[in-house]
Amino acid sequence: MEKSIAHLFFFVVLLNSACGQGPDNEVHTPKSTVFSAELFVDQLQLPWGMAFLPDNSMLITEKAGRIIHVKDGKKTAIKGVPKVYLRGQGGLMDIALHPDYATNGWLYISYASSEGGGKGGNTAIMRARIVNNSLVDQKVLYKAVPNTTRGQHFGSRFAFDREGYLYFSIGERGDREVNPQDITRDGGKIYRLHDDGRIPADNPFVNKAGAKTAIFSYGHRNPQGLLTHPETGQIWDHEHGPRGGDEINIVKKGKNYGWPKITYGINYSGSAITDKTHMPGMEQPIHYWIPSIAPSGMAFVTTEKYPGWKGSLLVGSLVFQYLERLELKDGKVVYREKLMDGIGRVRDVRQGPDGLIYVAVEGKGIYRLNPDSQK
Amino acid sequence: MRAFLFTYLALAGLLSLYLIQDTPLKQSMKRGSGIYLDFCVSCHLEKGEGVENTYPPLANSDYLINNRKKSIIGVKYGQQGEIVVNGTRYDNTMLPMGLSDEEVADVMNYIMNSWGNKSNQMVTPEEVSNCLKR
Repeated sequence: MEKSIAHLFFFVVLLNSACGQGPDNEVHTPKSTVFSAELFVDQLQLPWGMAFLPDNSMLITEKAGRIIHVKDGKKTAIKGVPKVYLRGQGGLMDIALHPDYATNGWLYISYASSEGGGKGGNTAIMRARIVNNSLVDQKVLYKAVPNTTRGQHFGSRFAFDREGYLYFSIGERGDREVNPQDITRDGGKIYRLHDDGRIPADNPFVNKAGAKTAIFSYGHRNPQGLLTHPETGQIWDHEHGPRGGDEINIVKKGKNYGWPKITYGINYSGSAITDKTHMPGMEQPIHYWIPSIAPSGMAFVTTEKYPGWKGSLLVGSLVFQYLERLELKDGKVVYREKLMDGIGRVRDVRQGPDGLIYVAVEGKGIYRLNPDSQK
Repeated sequence: MRAFLFTYLALAGLLSLYLIQDTPLKQSMKRGSGIYLDFCVSCHLEKGEGVENTYPPLANSDYLINNRKKSIIGVKYGQQGEIVVNGTRYDNTMLPMGLSDEEVADVMNYIMNSWGNKSNQMVTPEEVSNCLKR
């Protein structure tokens, strides 16, 4: 009897080690939740990005081209937002505050813009200030070229690192054979600038003839999650794969992330893009999703407000309509959990200055996760 | 005899020209398939199968065939709220894609004549421009 129990135990351990690891690991549904979701800002069409002002009020971008300031439950539309090229996945996208916003008032927006001639549009980055509910002192810091009528892959998330550099992503604009592997072209890149738009002198391709010198890394598909790791200070991104093969990457200077030469995904039709998942000189993701969750928005939990969550990564899922919590150990994903299942297309997730988690859901609004202990 | 042969060859030539040339519907569907791959495929998938309970199917879709005008309006202006497709309830948001009336007509012709769907009446840009938001 004892022996059979030991066998059973051994079998269970085997099962665990077979299923519990690896990028194709299962997403778990927690038995009990540690929060309740409250619809904190309602009636938004498509909230794309969020930023928290020092007074704990909030700026929300809506894809159709609105910036909304929410204070004490009251919504005010910011005037003077630049005209956006609204087509396919493009529109008004992310918003971020300068790390010293409290003293200089700078904020950054990314949007699809048809500026610069040629039919179509491409991703633009603008710095501006808000004075009397208007967007003033506007300066376009970067505008990707050429314009194209393709509807996909504008990228456009922001992150500031500890030294104050501004990072942003631009997707490959539906032209994977041309853009991501070519550093003389925009698209499929993570970029790095000074906060005023100047190109840092130590950017990796400043001395390469013909290169877009704002490029920091390349070979990306469509990164819609970007942040600075709270402990290591490294830049992390996640990006949409094709069918399967969404990735989390640690973004390093001058590195090639391989799209479309290597990928864990396949074409939407089911046909192969490449038979390679590895190649010399190309970086591996720290995690990939099969099937694709269509990740958008990304946040590290640094607060103790939610028991067991500190150090977790939160990622929105557009296609499966939930918020994913990922636990990491030694730089690998070891556990995945499904939260707010069926809530709608989760476009963005942030941790507010109050330590609470805010989740932007398309067609609904902004949810706040109220910890159960605070009930 | 010579005149007959000439007429015969001329007629046969004209007929083959007519048969080889794509009909306006085929041409529109061809353009529409390009629009579909650019704007629709990432959610509705390659064969219009959709994702159950999330993105409604377009293949063999009762909604599409029975709600021609609503479908055009949905593609043109975006779609929000509950619809029932092939007996399954969907409550999601599709944003306006920013397509021109001609592009909406082309992609509608493509999806309404693919994957088991068949429409006898071609969608024209004029019809799309007359479809106004509710």
